[in-house]
Amino acid sequence: MTVNLGIGYPTRVVQYLEPGLQVCMHSENGIAGQGPALPFEEADRNLIDAGGAYVSTLPGTSFFDSATSFALVRGGRLDLTILGALQVAANGDLANWAIPGKFTPGVGGGVELAQKARRVVAVCTHLDKHGRSKIVPRCLLPLTAPACVDRVYTDMAVIDVTADGMALREIATGLSLDEVIAATDVALLIDENDLGTF
Amino acid sequence: MIDKTTGIEAAIEGIADGAVVMVGGFGVPGTPFMLIDELVRQNKKQLTVIKNDANERDMGVDHLLKNGQVAKLIVSHLGLNPHAIELMNEGRIEVEFCAQGILAERIRAAGAGLPAFLTDIAMDTLLAKGKPTIGFEGRQYLVEKALEADVALIHADASDPFGNLLYARSARNFNPLMAMAARTVIAETENLLPLGGIAPDAVHTPGPFVDHVVVLPELTREYAVVRR
Repeated sequence: MTVNLGIGYPTRVVQYLEPGLQVCMHSENGIAGQGPALPFEEADRNLIDAGGAYVSTLPGTSFFDSATSFALVRGGRLDLTILGALQVAANGDLANWAIPGKFTPGVGGGVELAQKARRVVAVCTHLDKHGRSKIVPRCLLPLTAPACVDRVYTDMAVIDVTADGMALREIATGLSLDEVIAATDVALLIDENDLGTF
Repeated sequence: MIDKTTGIEAAIEGIADGAVVMVGGFGVPGTPFMLIDELVRQNKKQLTVIKNDANERDMGVDHLLKNGQVAKLIVSHLGLNPHAIELMNEGRIEVEFCAQGILAERIRAAGAGLPAFLTDIAMDTLLAKGKPTIGFEGRQYLVEKALEADVALIHADASDPFGNLLYARSARNFNPLMAMAARTVIAETENLLPLGGIAPDAVHTPGPFVDHVVVLPELTREYAVVRR
């Protein structure tokens, strides 16, 4: 499968891939088959990922321009993207690019990844720095894309966005179910007989 | 074939105040730092700069910002340059954000002689504000306008005197697109090879798109690996 990792927590995922996993990592700046990050001493000045980290090639790596890179995304060739999130709404709306008046770094490739990848996974802390739930009934921050998120991984829980609402799949070891429910601003569908831990 | 090698001063001299300037690069790779330095030295004003990003503080495009030469930036993000975000928040520069692949495609469209294209990208977001929509085959789409420029500043790994260009690894990014979308295309190159020195199959940007080839002496520090 072809996978794109967003900037922030998602790019770290590449360091945890199981050896032998058949996956082609896409980087929006024009790489398919990106290899793991390299330390400063081994870095190639012309080879970075979308977050600016120095990365490596693998047998089978290819390079291309930015239009080709997003043709791959919009054309439906991306099986999965893992993106950071500021807020995820109950219907799968994603907000991850702007806090108006405070922090507006721009959207980069996020809109196209969120809108066109076949599966969209959000990775974020469960609570923002003020202790408020990032899982919300409706996003108050500017949207990246509507109804696009399939699953959310946080430090507290794994939650799927389903047609019936948000379904709790796993909770973090050491947390009670009540603690997760209290930390989440959306009513969760819960099957206690089928609830994992991580 | 014509020899397009040009001195850096003469190449940049043709840029007017108020020009729309495309600048290649995604972060450090592919950014034409030495062409930017010359643009700063010649102090061209009121520029509209089209680039994926605004580099980092004290690098590349940030020199133009510090020198007050930029009226407007058209970018996909500014995340690595807090100085650019400050200038935007203070209203000292205008910033137009564009989804990255749409930015690339708007540039590509201009280069291909197409005035606009239709897309559903960013349809229901703030990025669609002010953009016309149109119904086509039963669905609504945004009309995205082609983005052309007076000048494109390009960084190549290798060029021949005719301007056939080859880019290195992730330094390709926006360079070949911008090299098609401007009325005047200035390419700086790390290596000048003789005609035929780049195999025809390996040419990324064909020479007819390029007007000036500036051969770089030793690279400045900004091209090097950044220790973060």
